[in-house]
Amino acid sequence: MTASTSSDHPDVIICPGGPLLLRGEHVVQDEQGLAHRTTRPVSAVCRCGKTSTSPWCDGTHKVIPARNRP
Amino acid sequence: MLTPKPRGTLSQTLFELMRSRPDELGTTRGLRAEHADDAQIALWALYELSYRGFEDVAESLEWHPDLVALRGELEVDLENALRERFRAAVGEAPAWSPEGFFDFCAEHDGPSLAAFVHRDADAEQVLDLLRLRSIYHLKEADPVAWLVPRLDDTTKAALMELQYDEYGTGNPHLLHAGLFARGLEACGLSPAYGAYIDDAPAEILEQNNAMTLFGLNRRLRGAALGHLAAFEATSSLPSRRIAQGLRRVGLPDAIAAYYDEHVEADAVHEQLAVRTICGSLLAAEPTLAADVFLGAFSCLDLEDRVAHRLLGEWAA
Repeated sequence: MTASTSSDHPDVIICPGGPLLLRGEHVVQDEQGLAHRTTRPVSAVCRCGKTSTSPWCDGTHKVIPARNRP
Repeated sequence: MLTPKPRGTLSQTLFELMRSRPDELGTTRGLRAEHADDAQIALWALYELSYRGFEDVAESLEWHPDLVALRGELEVDLENALRERFRAAVGEAPAWSPEGFFDFCAEHDGPSLAAFVHRDADAEQVLDLLRLRSIYHLKEADPVAWLVPRLDDTTKAALMELQYDEYGTGNPHLLHAGLFARGLEACGLSPAYGAYIDDAPAEILEQNNAMTLFGLNRRLRGAALGHLAAFEATSSLPSRRIAQGLRRVGLPDAIAAYYDEHVEADAVHEQLAVRTICGSLLAAEPTLAADVFLGAFSCLDLEDRVAHRLLGEWAA
């Protein structure tokens, strides 16, 4: 097993109630079909659907009711 | 940067001796600060010897035994105050879990400078705030950098994953402190490191000193990372409000862009700081959980104190 596939250092982390973290470089397609290239070492992709900076998380999941969080 | 203006007999004596008569630094022993302003500016200046130093103080004084001794005394007072505030407001630290930590930050109730900037502040008040924020933002991420060699491999790598982004992923033009400096310049303010230190009230100095206290003392690594996690966990949404407020009062895009960047960056950083950084620290050293919450509470409480001070001054 290489370091990059090691189970304690995953490439993708699903945060309970929050975003999906992506390690490394990726191109993410948003709901409109637009492609967005990651720009930072780790990126947070919105899962609650309420972000104002789609496809990236802007923390809005924290102000929606817990039952509506991903 | 030159030594700041003294604010009482301790800082007056200390700064004079540091500049002109270092042979007599032993006479600082037994000196006590007159009040919070005097203590906090003295401690801030002593810490600064380990960051960028002062043009009017010899670099060789960084580890002068009398200065280290005085720093230690001032640190004891600050740490005791932070621990006492934590005991009074929180009591026993809650059990650690990432969700519990996010809830701890979300449930903390305090006045919001971001809300004021968003809706009510005028341009002069916003510029006042930017001057005071420059004390930290021009050394953004530096207090936590002291920790790196003090952590085990997993936590060290996790912290560097966050810090690498803070420091612009190796590109000096993207360094967060540099983004803030360019924003200041666009607003007609000085981007020089420490330029507004004489304007900073004791609350701002204490807020900055707490970060260095936690970062420079290895035994406080739990508090340092708890502080980092609370800082990140309370940044994304307020940064968006501040960016909107800056645009509302007509300040340049360069300063709003700094806050735009923090909406997105800190939505990542809060997850890393809580889950991978504090999470790995506490998996390895579970006894540090209370200090993680001490650091988190101190971050939130010191910001409340800054907000009370500024909102009070602006309302007067």
